[in-house]
Amino acid sequence: MGVEVFAISTDSRFSHKIWQEEELSKMVEGGVPFPLLSDAGGRVGSIYGVYDEEAGVDIRGRFLIDPDFNIRSMEVMTPEVGRNVAELIRQVKAFQHVRATGEVTPAGWQPGKATLKPGPELAGKVWKVWKPEQAF
Amino acid sequence: MSEKPEGCVKPTQGPIQSAPETSDASPVVAKEVSMIQARVGKPAPDFELSAFFNGGFKNIRLGDYKGKWIVICFYPGDFTFV
Repeated sequence: MGVEVFAISTDSRFSHKIWQEEELSKMVEGGVPFPLLSDAGGRVGSIYGVYDEEAGVDIRGRFLIDPDFNIRSMEVMTPEVGRNVAELIRQVKAFQHVRATGEVTPAGWQPGKATLKPGPELAGKVWKVWKPEQAF
Repeated sequence: MSEKPEGCVKPTQGPIQSAPETSDASPVVAKEVSMIQARVGKPAPDFELSAFFNGGFKNIRLGDYKGKWIVICFYPGDFTFV
């Protein structure tokens, strides 16, 4: 898929180093294969809307950015529930498919499933070519 | 990019604001609008932060990765549970 991944917290780069060496490397061989960035003071988290001033940390927020440097999707959660990586991968594949083909992907689309071609002929006729069951 | 020797503190640019569209916009006025600039369908706010990667420290600027698909994940802290 060719995606650059960056993880960001308000921790220092020194904390990132020890976390990678002491814990992450025991979960993932060689440690996680992406940079851990230090957003001291939540300056960047603030402009992305994920900085919690009361806690002083960046909460869980994920942003997908396309090659034109536009944000395509975002997901922001309070910290106690983890992300669904499969959904992120699905979104990356869907946005890449849309960018490559100009087609659009209905709800629940997965690679190989039907896409739609927007246009006047399709307006009001989606019910003929796509059923809600296909969303699951 | 010339990196300064590693020290206790490493300043970074943090958020990198694009130039205001009108030159007479005062910073006071700018502060009154929402700080949040991340919107779907709009350009990603650029930034530069220090990072740990591949065993070393380096500064990373998001804008250097223009032209690629990028995922950035904020998380509450190292050693947290989820």
